[in-house]
Amino acid sequence: MYFDSIQALLHMDGHGPYVWACYGMGALVFLGLVLSARAQSKRSIEMICASDVNDEDVQ
Amino acid sequence: MKVPQFIHLLGSPPWFYRISGQLMPVLGLLACALLIVAWVWGLGFAPEDAKQGNSYRIIYLHVPTAVIALAGYYVMAFTGLVYLVWRIQLMALMLKSAALIGAAMTFLALFSGAVWGKPTWGTWWVWDARITSMLILFFLYLGVLGIINAFSGSKTSQQAGVKAASILALVGTVNIPIIYKSVDWWFSLHQPATLKLTGKSNIDGSMLTPLLIAIVGCYVFYAFMLLWRTRIELQSSEHNKQWLRDAVSKK
Repeated sequence: MYFDSIQALLHMDGHGPYVWACYGMGALVFLGLVLSARAQSKRSIEMICASDVNDEDVQ
Repeated sequence: MKVPQFIHLLGSPPWFYRISGQLMPVLGLLACALLIVAWVWGLGFAPEDAKQGNSYRIIYLHVPTAVIALAGYYVMAFTGLVYLVWRIQLMALMLKSAALIGAAMTFLALFSGAVWGKPTWGTWWVWDARITSMLILFFLYLGVLGIINAFSGSKTSQQAGVKAASILALVGTVNIPIIYKSVDWWFSLHQPATLKLTGKSNIDGSMLTPLLIAIVGCYVFYAFMLLWRTRIELQSSEHNKQWLRDAVSKK
């Protein structure tokens, strides 16, 4: 590793808050995209299954 | 106008659903691996920059998201164009998906750029050509999303919304070359391009490798999310179709 310790990695000679704030926001946005897609996908599949049941009711 | 074979295939929702289902696991795992390697390398193992110190490490998030924000706009405009010319419904769904992911990537590029600006330029924001044109790009993405969501009533209304959004997406492409060339055309606080397609890049090899991996990783993540979100839109719009019920029940 380029840094001597985990503390040095977090601090980055005073630039740590800027760097980690960016990557924190990056993680939020990337995970947000994935998790919201997962939740919506689950809802859509439930909707498909539910409309299947409705069709059977009609038949 | 005769529909090319590639476009013709995109017009088949069952084909898209099957192919995207096969591609997604590969793309998802590949994106995850590439991004973890690139960011761990860039944050912990790449050397410090001689002028900017450690703040330059933001480059491994800022540049890849900015690259995707611009490339993703072309994807969105292309889907809009195909929709306008051939009225392929799948393209309308992909247009909406591309707008959402593009907006997220542009937001990240703007956010990381603003945070990087503070230790480097002494300010979070400046209304110069590069940054302002990126902000316009963000508003264009939001505009496309807003128009599609505003016309969410009847099928005719939805089609009118997608048509208007496609036109906005196409008109907005004029902004992309302006963003690319803004640092050359106007005096700007923003540094000139670090990576060059022609000529030598202004970055040392030890810093360049993780950056290139991050860019490829972001491209793969974009492709993965685009397929996934388009599948979700397809599941919503075609939920009462037999082929989709069969595809879902097979899993």
